[in-house]
Amino acid sequence: MLKVLLSRLGQAALVMLVVSAVSFVMFRYVGDPVASMARENASVEEKAELRRTLGIDQPVVVQYGRFLARTLSGDLGISFRNQRPVTQLIAERLPATLELVIIATILSLSLGIPLGVLCALKPNGVAARLVQALSLIGISTPTFVTGIVLILVFAVTLGWLPSFGRGQVVELGWWSTGFLTWSGLKSLLLPGITLALYQLTLIMRLVRAEMIDVLSSDYIRFAKARGLPTRYIHFRLALRNALMPVITVTGLQIGSLIAFAIITETVFQWPGMGLLFIQAVSFVDIPVMAAYLLFVGLLFVIINTVVDILYAVVDPRLRARSA
Amino acid sequence: MKTKLVACLSVAVGALMGVSAEAKTLRWSSPTDITTLDPYAHTESFTTSMLHHVFDPLVRRNRNLELEPALAVSWKNVAPDTWRFELRKGVKFHNGDAFTADDVVASFDRLLDPTSRARGNVATIVKAVKVDDYTVDIMTQGPYPLLLNDLAGVYIMDKKWMQANNALKPGNIATGVTTAASTTAVGTGPFKIESYKPDAGTNFVVNTDWWDKPQHNLTRIEFKPVKSDATRVAALLSGELDLIAPAPLQDLQRISAAPGFKVVEEPSLRLIMLTVPFRPELKAMPGQKNPMLDLKVRQAMWHAIDFEAIKKRVMRDKSRNTGTLVAPPVPGYSKDNDQPFGYDPEKAKKLLAEAGYPNGFKTKLNCPNDRYINDEQTCVAIASMWTKVGIQTDLQTESRATYFPRQDRFEFDVSMVGWATLPPMDGFSVLASLLAEQKEGYGGSNSGGLANPQIDALTRKAAVEMDETKRRAMLVETLKIARDSVAYIPIHQQPLAWAVRDGVDVPQFADEYVRLWFANVK
Repeated sequence: MLKVLLSRLGQAALVMLVVSAVSFVMFRYVGDPVASMARENASVEEKAELRRTLGIDQPVVVQYGRFLARTLSGDLGISFRNQRPVTQLIAERLPATLELVIIATILSLSLGIPLGVLCALKPNGVAARLVQALSLIGISTPTFVTGIVLILVFAVTLGWLPSFGRGQVVELGWWSTGFLTWSGLKSLLLPGITLALYQLTLIMRLVRAEMIDVLSSDYIRFAKARGLPTRYIHFRLALRNALMPVITVTGLQIGSLIAFAIITETVFQWPGMGLLFIQAVSFVDIPVMAAYLLFVGLLFVIINTVVDILYAVVDPRLRARSA
Repeated sequence: MKTKLVACLSVAVGALMGVSAEAKTLRWSSPTDITTLDPYAHTESFTTSMLHHVFDPLVRRNRNLELEPALAVSWKNVAPDTWRFELRKGVKFHNGDAFTADDVVASFDRLLDPTSRARGNVATIVKAVKVDDYTVDIMTQGPYPLLLNDLAGVYIMDKKWMQANNALKPGNIATGVTTAASTTAVGTGPFKIESYKPDAGTNFVVNTDWWDKPQHNLTRIEFKPVKSDATRVAALLSGELDLIAPAPLQDLQRISAAPGFKVVEEPSLRLIMLTVPFRPELKAMPGQKNPMLDLKVRQAMWHAIDFEAIKKRVMRDKSRNTGTLVAPPVPGYSKDNDQPFGYDPEKAKKLLAEAGYPNGFKTKLNCPNDRYINDEQTCVAIASMWTKVGIQTDLQTESRATYFPRQDRFEFDVSMVGWATLPPMDGFSVLASLLAEQKEGYGGSNSGGLANPQIDALTRKAAVEMDETKRRAMLVETLKIARDSVAYIPIHQQPLAWAVRDGVDVPQFADEYVRLWFANVK
């Protein structure tokens, strides 16, 4: 077991190294921060001086080496844009993104599972067909379109919900939450739905497929033959087994929700990490971009490592093979 | 008993209404956010304009953008390179500290520190010296006519606060030093910062102890940046905002059609122009002589562009076509220079033939696609107009983040540039940055490699000319040479459009600053 764990951790470290190296090479092509940092009528000498101060006149390998050394000592550097420590910036933005992801996950699970069951139980019913058709729209509409349409309907036309921002937030230590105020909860709804939509359709379709699969298996037929109540068969026996892959997929999807909340955050001016990253890209704020990519890389590595280890714990065959 | 209750109620209601009648909040939004609260740690004009609500400079711009006394009440030249400023008495910082000459000296020391980001804005200032508690001398490198213009952008910080918070020196990225000034602003200005949350919002409350008589009726400003254009417009229309600045051009019609909202417009100072390459070869035709070195070719390129069509189709009739490189409110502008060559494709073809290019030639045209209003569409139009007269134009557009570094490295033939003469708001900035040859600190944005000895000589003379009439004449003369020799091809003056709800009265300024100490809301 320890061996599995160690090899996983070794692989994780390697992945992180590759992620940071690839992102560093990419920064060469996103532009030059001096263009946004220097004043418009700066002289050539001024710009060269600034480049030297920032260390971006050095070869990429040297810059990368410095970055690695700094990161390993726990220092993510200072943002070029507003001269604040990057760790502080990320810590400020993390709660907003995580709360959005939590809401999106709750929404997609609480709607996706019942709808999936419905479609599996009555595959030819009117409701099931309607849900199926709508789910196609949900899966194929780009997030920014969904977001803007929701804003136009619920904020501009109906005036029920705010069109942007987090509303009133409450500070609990370093964590700022929108869950404790009415305006905070109202503000979570539209971006939450926008972010959840893809997830929701994915879960719905997965539950439907799994349910149909499970319902045609032998033990369900035997249960029916034994005369057990239909509710019991559907929800205690069938759904429970159908949910196993859903849990795995949801876990993995949380990672991508955090990483890909960028568009939703931009449309709704949600002050989370995605917005921080977008701004860093347009300013060529290298320390922030590097830290964000590292963070997202780390997130996926952690989730995947945990899932892998869990598999090993659950499935004795995997343990045997690696031992 | 009953009457007593009614009386009580009416008093209570009256009190409530009294409160609500006095509390005037302006909620507004722009696509950019305040970068930092440290006035010397950035060079962005938006952040400068926001921090002006919190800090005061020694001199400031009034409603007509003329310079007027602020923290300094008067000034005079005691020597050609030394200016003496009498400071305003009885001014208090937001934390109650009294404003004196020590604050001015400490501010300039901080701004002139080698690690300060905004130091370039005051490159000619050597130091500030205290004469007595309310008198300060500012020394410049030789005579410098634009000192007051520069000072309008220097906000005075509180020395005592800086000492207490270890912020006497600016933050430094290279050494990893950050200061409390990045997130706290203690100034003498008309508003105090109540909270500052990047990307979420910044709230200001009125400073009731401001030294000046307020011309606004605000008690509170809530600034909420919204990056997405569509969301910002939606938030205005849904009543969550009172003002959006800027309002996207494509939505102006929709906003003015909506009941209860209106669009306010003003031409901005920013002029959009094309840089002409003066290098021996074009990137598009390596190994051959650059045709644009011939004046006739440059004239043909100007004559070939239908600026009226660009104004109507691309800019939705909101821009103003121009023939010179500075906007009308800026010193150095003259009506005589502001004459476009006029659209004449036949003449363009004739000029090209006379120059020896009857079949035209090839060039590249590079433009940003996210920096100026409808920049990409403007270039698409120009490329097709040039191609029509025989100049085969290869257009490439890209994001500002990669575009401007490439422009600085001279990777372009013809390229687009916008110039607003800010922060000094003076035509000299065009001479110094765009027209002068790139050497000795001049020509920082002269990416076409223009080198005209006549312009260079005039620029150096104007730099030290203390007689304002003579100085302006030099600016006008230089800009005339630039126009006649087609050093750049001016396109248009960018429009500035804001949208407000009815009952909001916010004056607009051509420098695109938002000055809410002139705002009134109902």
